[in-house]
Amino acid sequence: MSEIAEKVKAIIIDKLGVEESEVTPEASFTNDLGADSLDTVELIMEFEKEFNVSIPDDQAENIATVGQAVSYLEEHAK
Amino acid sequence: MELKRVVVTGLGALTPVGNTVAGYWDGLSNGVSGAAPITRFDASKFKTQFACEVKGYDAENYFDRKEARKMDLFTQFAMVVADEAVQDANLVEGNYDPDRVGVIWGSGIGGLRTFQEECVNFAHGDGTPRFNPFFIPKMIADISAGHISIKHGFRGPNFVTVSACASATNAIIDSFNYIRLGMADVVVTGGSEAAVTEAGIGGFNALKALSERNDAPHAASRPFDKDRDGFVLGEGAGALILEEYEHAKKRGAKIYAEVIGGGMSADAYHITAPHPEGLGALNVMKNVLRDANIRPEEVDYINVHGTSTPLGDISEVKAIQTVFGEHAYKLNISSTKSMTGHLLGAAGAIEAVASILAIQNNLVPPTINHFTDDESFDPALNFTFNKAQEREVKIALSNTFGFGGHNTSVLFRQLND
Repeated sequence: MSEIAEKVKAIIIDKLGVEESEVTPEASFTNDLGADSLDTVELIMEFEKEFNVSIPDDQAENIATVGQAVSYLEEHAK
Repeated sequence: MELKRVVVTGLGALTPVGNTVAGYWDGLSNGVSGAAPITRFDASKFKTQFACEVKGYDAENYFDRKEARKMDLFTQFAMVVADEAVQDANLVEGNYDPDRVGVIWGSGIGGLRTFQEECVNFAHGDGTPRFNPFFIPKMIADISAGHISIKHGFRGPNFVTVSACASATNAIIDSFNYIRLGMADVVVTGGSEAAVTEAGIGGFNALKALSERNDAPHAASRPFDKDRDGFVLGEGAGALILEEYEHAKKRGAKIYAEVIGGGMSADAYHITAPHPEGLGALNVMKNVLRDANIRPEEVDYINVHGTSTPLGDISEVKAIQTVFGEHAYKLNISSTKSMTGHLLGAAGAIEAVASILAIQNNLVPPTINHFTDDESFDPALNFTFNKAQEREVKIALSNTFGFGGHNTSVLFRQLND
């Protein structure tokens, strides 16, 4: 697993209070990991802070799963 | 329209002298001080370096980590005491109608720590707003009532009262009114506060409101003592379950006491100083006696606002002497803030609990830390100095007054059928 994927996983475990085994690439923040809309906003902000990127709202809407977050950040992280 | 009777059927407390109702009463009856050096932040540059913090509190004992992160400490405190009171009242599914159970809470400030942290983060940044989505719903004072209702499914009247240090008493009075008007069967009421932060201590220090007795924190809160030099900031929460009497009887609830009156008034004088003659305090006590339709001679105990500030203590006692006349000498007066410190918006909640427990136990908790008489006070008054006193307490009055000139009083009576 890439360094980015490891960090993303750690942030999700911390913010959503879920078990490591639940954080699979296919897992959806809202459907599988118990996040509500505010949790999702907070996750995106944590990604922005950790990876020093700015994720526009229209792109944030497309980040709904762990895998989508990792791919987006692998592409955009500085 | 005939007003319904309202009784107290459950209690909860998380205080600087005890983390449950039993622990709180144990602390009060033994004259324990809750004051100690501040642990919540580095106070070494502050004029006041001590406070009455809740001891040994660990959010993980009450909440899962994700849940706790979304609540400011003042809301966590609210949830803990509401749980204790709901359990104590034995409110279980099926013995109440959830649409007829309200939550009316009090907090003077709300999520001060959250507010401070978010603003500091912004100020340290480059101007890009990165506010946490939970900032507003953690900080707003009313979220405490919201969280309690969400957890327990109580769908009746739900809001928070804000009147500085009178907040929780306003909440209790509102709850009493809604129930006696038939608008709810049960209300979870009380208050919580968690303002021991840099902004809280710094702000009250700037007002010169706090004791600066850093060499002896436990002896700093000394209402009515000649050398009192301000209040000691406290934190914590208290909860009461108020219930319509017939509803309580029907489900076989334990009844602690009856709520017989609520009084409110304003000083209309100054934002922080009390009226020098205690005009607002005098009016509020007259109002509460009138509301309860009792004579001043029937009151056994007054749990006073008595914060240990030079001016406030004097005006309240003047008002008591005016309202109660000769009977003032037969009353027990005490300020439990000498032990708990001043919990601001939660003060009225934990002091209502103290007043009810005084009725239950026929014991008046003391005003500790009395060292030197102050000639401003009539020596014939009984301030219950230093040691609890046994006496029959049938009726107890609890006063709380807030910055802005808000005054509130509530009366509790031993239940007579």
